[in-house]
Amino acid sequence: MDQLITNGLSKKYGEKTEALQGVTFSAPSSGIFALIGRNGAGKTTLVRILATELAPTSGSASINGIDVVKEDKKLRERIAIVPQEARTISWMTPKQSTLTYLMWRGFEYSEAKKRAEESLARLKLDKVADTLNRKLSGGTKRKALAAMVLASEADIIFLDEPTTGLDPISRKDFWGILRELAKDRFIFLTTHYLEEAEQLADTLGILGGGRLVGVGTVPSIRGRIRHQYSVKLPANSPVPLVSQGEVTTGGNGEVQILTNEDEAFAISKKLSVAGTRFSIGPVSLDDIFFQLVGESTHAEQEPTTTSHEGGWSG
Amino acid sequence: MRRSRSSQVVASILVNAVYEMKNYPINLVNTVLSPLSFLVVIDFVSKGALIGQAIEGGLIMSMFQSGMSLQGDISHLKNDFKLQDMLVSSPASPATYVVGMAASEIIYNLPALAILVALGAIYIHPGLFQAFELLAALLLMFMTSITIGFMFSTLSSDIVQSFAWSRLLTTVFTAITPVYYPITYIPYPFRYLAYFSPTTYAAEIMQNVVGFLQLSESTVIVDWAILGGLTAVLLVVVSRNARWKEV
Repeated sequence: MDQLITNGLSKKYGEKTEALQGVTFSAPSSGIFALIGRNGAGKTTLVRILATELAPTSGSASINGIDVVKEDKKLRERIAIVPQEARTISWMTPKQSTLTYLMWRGFEYSEAKKRAEESLARLKLDKVADTLNRKLSGGTKRKALAAMVLASEADIIFLDEPTTGLDPISRKDFWGILRELAKDRFIFLTTHYLEEAEQLADTLGILGGGRLVGVGTVPSIRGRIRHQYSVKLPANSPVPLVSQGEVTTGGNGEVQILTNEDEAFAISKKLSVAGTRFSIGPVSLDDIFFQLVGESTHAEQEPTTTSHEGGWSG
Repeated sequence: MRRSRSSQVVASILVNAVYEMKNYPINLVNTVLSPLSFLVVIDFVSKGALIGQAIEGGLIMSMFQSGMSLQGDISHLKNDFKLQDMLVSSPASPATYVVGMAASEIIYNLPALAILVALGAIYIHPGLFQAFELLAALLLMFMTSITIGFMFSTLSSDIVQSFAWSRLLTTVFTAITPVYYPITYIPYPFRYLAYFSPTTYAAEIMQNVVGFLQLSESTVIVDWAILGGLTAVLLVVVSRNARWKEV
């Protein structure tokens, strides 16, 4: 039953923009699920539908057997989200932010205060717990947002591009928080950073142009692509003949040969003999991403303004 | 787990009134000064003759401003901090959220209201029943402004636009309309225009209660009916059209 299942999930904004096109997949709802894709691929739309913020145009989805549309109130008892552009409220402190978020979820003041303090201490934010949010660094603000959902009782957490804009050190620091969160909860995160997905994800989803082009563990996705091995040569190197793979040249002139294992080793043998510098290895997630998503999908601006349904019951 | 509705309401009050007042007291000064500044001007210009009407006008403006502030505050929290998105994906209910936010606006306005009530006790000194009538009219006025404010806030996607609407509606409904002065000061046919504003009915009722206006019984009944009816209609409209979850 602990599964995230989507079936033909589609979302149209107006007549022309189709943000999601029949997304169907299932994945375990435990550990970390990372959704990767280019700008406008539909990541935020998918997260918002799963987090009951947005109604799909068609299709269905469920998490642990709870329908995200028909049983949204039931699901909201178990979920929490940090949206892509969420910010800590400037006139409050991390402690006040966490405390009031928990009270909004229905915790009594004393229990909320206790949980807030524990959560801030767990993320090593106790020293800045009483500092105004506007005085905190970007990384600390993101951590403060994570502390809010960590303090909650939610066991399904959505994080939409939680590390965008963070410097590399803060990002890696944040990964530790995500691993901490994932110990006893299901984390669904979206990211632009392939390295982040590779480092964190138990299950990976790749979205391109509103369609899901791959889902599974990193090794299983690797198994599905045509070229398993990569040979990289510095710029201006003589390129050997490639019969079964393909050759691409990066912006910096670096040459990459994507091919099968046998040809990759045959090429490397020739390069060794010729004294050419090269590196060889299984394809990285970057390579997988580009093979699956390719250049055919266009980076579009994902719509953020939509019409809304009536009613306070939401 | 058992969820506390009162905690959900208190959370809104803490965020939108207590912590904001504590950290940005300048907003509090602005909230107090707006209704009092009109009162002072009217008092000077009328050489004290309209002080009673001006105090009642200040109370109406303060209550109406609360609703309009709600609009700006909810928009700000929704658009700039994505708070509404976080709350939609949580067990928080839109009803407790808006009740809490409305309560926070009243608490924010308490200093201004306290000054105006003290002035009212000195210059108007209403009896107990009159005070009850004044309070009822103010509460209906507040509910009307809260419903207008909440609906605008959930429709707004831009904070600059939201604050512009807030200022415009406050000016139109409390400064231009006969709130700080009697409606009889407006010449015909412009007087009819004033009846498009809900604040006009509240002001007529309140001015009549303490004898600043002499209205027929039927006019007073019509005023109460329009103010009450408008509040009820707006509540229904808001409950059907305000946005919480997107489609």
